[in-house]
Amino acid sequence: MSFLSYLINGISLGSIYAIIALGYTMVYGIARMLNFAHGDIIMVGGFAIFTIVSTMGLPPLLGILVAVAVCTVLGVTIERVAYRPLRGASSLAVLITAIGVSYLLQNIALLIFGSNARQFTSVVTLPNLKLADGALTISSVTIVTIVSCILIMIGLTSFINKTKVGQAMLAVSEDNGAATLMGIDVNRTIAITFAIGSALAAVAGALLCSTYPSLTPYTGSMPGIKAFVAAVFGGIGSIPGALIGGVLLGVIENLSKAYISSQLSDTIVFSVLILVLLIRPTGILGRKINEKV
Amino acid sequence: MNKKKVRMQNGITYGIVVGCWILVQIMDKTGHMTSLLKGILVPLCMYSILAISLNLTVGILGELSLGHAGFMCVGAFSGAFFTKCMENILPNLQVRFFLAIVIGAAMAGVCGILIGIPVLRLKGDYLAIVTLAFGEIIKNLINVMYIGLDQNGFHFSIKDTMSLGMDETGVVIIKGAQGITGTPKAATFLIAVALLLITLFIVLNLIHSRTGRAIMSIRDNRIAAESIGINITKYKLMAFAISAALAGVAGVLYAHNLSTLAATPKNFGYNMSIMILVFVVLGGLGNIRGSMIAAVVLTLLPELLRGLNDYRMLIYAVVLIVMMLFNSSPKAIELRSVLMERFKKGKEPAAKEEA
Repeated sequence: MSFLSYLINGISLGSIYAIIALGYTMVYGIARMLNFAHGDIIMVGGFAIFTIVSTMGLPPLLGILVAVAVCTVLGVTIERVAYRPLRGASSLAVLITAIGVSYLLQNIALLIFGSNARQFTSVVTLPNLKLADGALTISSVTIVTIVSCILIMIGLTSFINKTKVGQAMLAVSEDNGAATLMGIDVNRTIAITFAIGSALAAVAGALLCSTYPSLTPYTGSMPGIKAFVAAVFGGIGSIPGALIGGVLLGVIENLSKAYISSQLSDTIVFSVLILVLLIRPTGILGRKINEKV
Repeated sequence: MNKKKVRMQNGITYGIVVGCWILVQIMDKTGHMTSLLKGILVPLCMYSILAISLNLTVGILGELSLGHAGFMCVGAFSGAFFTKCMENILPNLQVRFFLAIVIGAAMAGVCGILIGIPVLRLKGDYLAIVTLAFGEIIKNLINVMYIGLDQNGFHFSIKDTMSLGMDETGVVIIKGAQGITGTPKAATFLIAVALLLITLFIVLNLIHSRTGRAIMSIRDNRIAAESIGINITKYKLMAFAISAALAGVAGVLYAHNLSTLAATPKNFGYNMSIMILVFVVLGGLGNIRGSMIAAVVLTLLPELLRGLNDYRMLIYAVVLIVMMLFNSSPKAIELRSVLMERFKKGKEPAAKEEA
């Protein structure tokens, strides 16, 4: 029974990683850049909910909506101000700029909210689920997390495959230049990608802070890195890959925390990543790129 | 580039370091040194060494590494471990420190080779993420490591101090997350500058040698380099290992500048690796002097902004973004070249008049 509960908690943690990894993977697929500031957008989402719910005392649902709006606007603004001028520059330059944006967001949050950890009230107020005569308790946050991850995956996949904007995103990720020739506004498509990724980061922030209720300006950075690892794990640029990578990472992390050592869990996660990449150099679902002279 | 020009350029780079050292000595004698400035002298050299060594991987070899702090961590711990163990056998601190530097560099270099063999098969962002993972693994492993020494020899454990099973003469040297306490403070500014000069000497000579040209040819076109018979794996590993070993030297310097050494996310985590990468990119990829200057300026900047308290890291972040936009954005580059042309045009008629 305890194994089952560790497994379910792992899947729930993995679902959060998967939602964050979606943001990384979509941006990478379309703009070919590693958005290091993505983790900090989660933190901004967390603080937005904290302000609405804990400071103002308004309902949690409103908090989530506000957080989604704030993060979407923030994501698009960052893209417009910091990343768009660098389109066509070397990928390292964009990476460093993203790191600068990450520092900026952390330090703004530090100025406004201070460095002390804030107690986050869970946005999920449903009762916990008890199975098998109370031998197995699954918290409501866990269920909500897994369900929302599944819903987001279904929604996003159909958005990309069924709508015109989604098709435009696919086209841009396939061939930037050809997409421009076909009349697709590449800049607008990239902006939409950032908007979706950031909105998802806000949702991930709500779920993450509900599961681990302590909020600091650095809350987003470690889950951000882990989600990035998950995205690479599943094959960066691939949406089902993000789901598989995220869930696998969450399960491995939780099981090794439970059965091997809590201090060594990160080591195990990263070792598995290295093994996977050595066997399949582009991740589990990554596309193979043939090299040309 | 002809040999004379290279020699002059290298001379300027060495000259800057020696000049800075003389300047510091003059400031010290005339009493212009604040204690804050004194405390930052060794770290400045350390960051410069780190930036130069990472530039070898990123700028010269052309592979993005995000795990440089991991090698620094290996060097710091093996060096400090050595000075701590040899306390009774080798009482002379300077000799011990010198040997610690050699050992730290060797250990980090070996780690570089061990990690490099599997990792350098990967490319681009995948290589970056794997090096990041290795850096984190090294940091985590050191955090759970316990090593003690008693009359029977070394005891090793990954659980706690009790499970080392030492007798009453035992001394715990590495205490898990608490790290090594009581490392001797052997690093002085003179030694740090000397190490920086040695690093510069190694890297600059490497770049302008046959080996260096082979490494750069791999960066510019791997397949073409392979087809003219350059052993890709050998040169890649060589550059990676030298870079790691030099990071190890910086680590030993770091360990002997503080009295306690613990692997925290702040000093050996990925944030540190990223910070070194920022120095390298802002200084210019492949530009050794640039890395050094960027490391010094960007380390001094937050210290000089200390008066602004909470705002200093905010300003640092803004400066970083603005500098990147100004340096790398295609529009800014175009604007700069237009301005340059105008400036030249304005100058040319004047020059003719003079003639």
